[in-house]
Amino acid sequence: MDTDLDKLSALELASKLKKRELSSYDLTSFFIKKIAAENPDLNAYVETFTDALDEAKAVDISLEAGEELPAFAGLPIAIKDNILIKDKKCSASSKMLENYTATYDATVIDKLKKERMIFLGRTNMDEFAMGGSTENSAFGVTKNPHDHARVAGGSSGGSAAVVGGGLAPLALGSDTGGSIRQPASFCGAVGLKPTYGRVSRSGLMAMASSLDQIGPITKTVADAEAVFYKIAGYDAKDSTSLRFESEGESEKESEKTPSKMTIGVPTSFIKDGVDEEVLEVFNQTLRELEKAGHTIKEITLPNIEYALASYYVIMPAESSSNLGRFDGLRYGLHTDGEDLLADYKTSRGEGFGPEVRRRIILGTYVLSAGYYDAYYGKATALRSQIRNDYVQAFSKTGEGVDIIMTPTAPTPAWKIGEKGSDPVATYLADIFTVPANLAGIPAMSVPAGLTKEGLPIGVQVLAGHGRENNLFALGKDIEKLV
Amino acid sequence: MISKNEVKDLADLARINLSPEEEKSLHADLESILDYISKLKDVDLKTIEHQDLGLVKNVMRLDENPHEAGAHTEDLLAQASGREGDFFVVKKIL
Repeated sequence: MDTDLDKLSALELASKLKKRELSSYDLTSFFIKKIAAENPDLNAYVETFTDALDEAKAVDISLEAGEELPAFAGLPIAIKDNILIKDKKCSASSKMLENYTATYDATVIDKLKKERMIFLGRTNMDEFAMGGSTENSAFGVTKNPHDHARVAGGSSGGSAAVVGGGLAPLALGSDTGGSIRQPASFCGAVGLKPTYGRVSRSGLMAMASSLDQIGPITKTVADAEAVFYKIAGYDAKDSTSLRFESEGESEKESEKTPSKMTIGVPTSFIKDGVDEEVLEVFNQTLRELEKAGHTIKEITLPNIEYALASYYVIMPAESSSNLGRFDGLRYGLHTDGEDLLADYKTSRGEGFGPEVRRRIILGTYVLSAGYYDAYYGKATALRSQIRNDYVQAFSKTGEGVDIIMTPTAPTPAWKIGEKGSDPVATYLADIFTVPANLAGIPAMSVPAGLTKEGLPIGVQVLAGHGRENNLFALGKDIEKLV
Repeated sequence: MISKNEVKDLADLARINLSPEEEKSLHADLESILDYISKLKDVDLKTIEHQDLGLVKNVMRLDENPHEAGAHTEDLLAQASGREGDFFVVKKIL
């Protein structure tokens, strides 16, 4: 059997499966063996699913019988630990849900099951997706596959590490403020946060409902594109789900893609606190894209400097409300107190880790009667303006750009423990990723280079609402440059 | 910016037990986070009555085709911390 199966893209593997040059069983057991050997150190999977090989065998039998199966049938995939798979544990990497078993399938899981994909396991994350390094997981930090002394990023650190480290051909993550794109950048993978409302959130554990979105982490842009069109689509189970005219039809969308693009760069926003090597890779990528015939245009996004502050009000506000459901009675950890109130307080005090408690209490504060206008009111007003800035930038009557580019993160992966306990230092790492969540636009991180030490660096491409097609087209051009 | 007592009150409101050490470290963390997000105060914008991001709207659906009563009861109660028959066990409030 091939020994370089971990080097192949999902599309290459799918084609091998289709041509029956490779069985799903052999492919799945290849990854299961690799996980058994490497995961104890990497800590990217929280659990591998024992029935994966049975599922793979079932796909092989169908293929053998000449059944017509979907394109990705038999292809293994890793799933972030906050996306529900019926009858499997799903813990959001929290002590609170350590023994929780999902009672239904998330819509994206339902779609992948119809595709007959194989679920390898669930991946480690910052507890309840709160963090940018996977250091907040109740099950220990995930190491960066390119340097085990460094973080994999977060919160989808496990999903990015398994793709970057060859322990799965592809994975799903979730992104509330950069949780797909930043770890993808740190681990040398492609990470896509789709337009808000394009991928159903049904069955994704809610963190900040107006910002959360599920998306793929893959080896190549073409893989991300393929997975995206498989999981996207209107869903009656998600009340914020949107209908797009070209739903599920990648060909129709790509017809609208300009071959040469105008790329907007918010130069004044990309200066302070950005690592020199990150800046060099970013500028080099811009120069190469210009050589390849694209146009670079300097733009301003007037309210962008307030994006991160606005995000760190809206996100904890929504999280504190969403996490109110954990009462220690209906599901999740229960610790007995002397009365009902004490039951709540001890269960929540013990079940939630420090960062989750910090954000719940911060959210409680900004929503308090006396502070509402000063924080939440202002943050939501700014959010509208920020969204407007982007709509203007992408509009023909405004700047008219097809794409906006920034670095994905201001730095490459940092050393485990380096950020210490200063929450603001960690929050600043989200500066380039949160605006897309506030505006609801799609954004993708694409590997663009390496530091001298060999750490991956990604660049971020952003497009207007529903214009993922532009991201895929330019992303493929960026891949060619590397 | 925020007093130690306020931190204690907020933790009570959020139904979260904190040890005295945690109250102290959380107080320091909140001070530094609030200091950062206070830059919002520089902006001259009023709270908007109706937040319209053009994306989120109320969606209603007919309550049709209900599932069979009790179809999910076992699955859901299996997650409970205490059950009696088909009920969750909760401590007395009064």
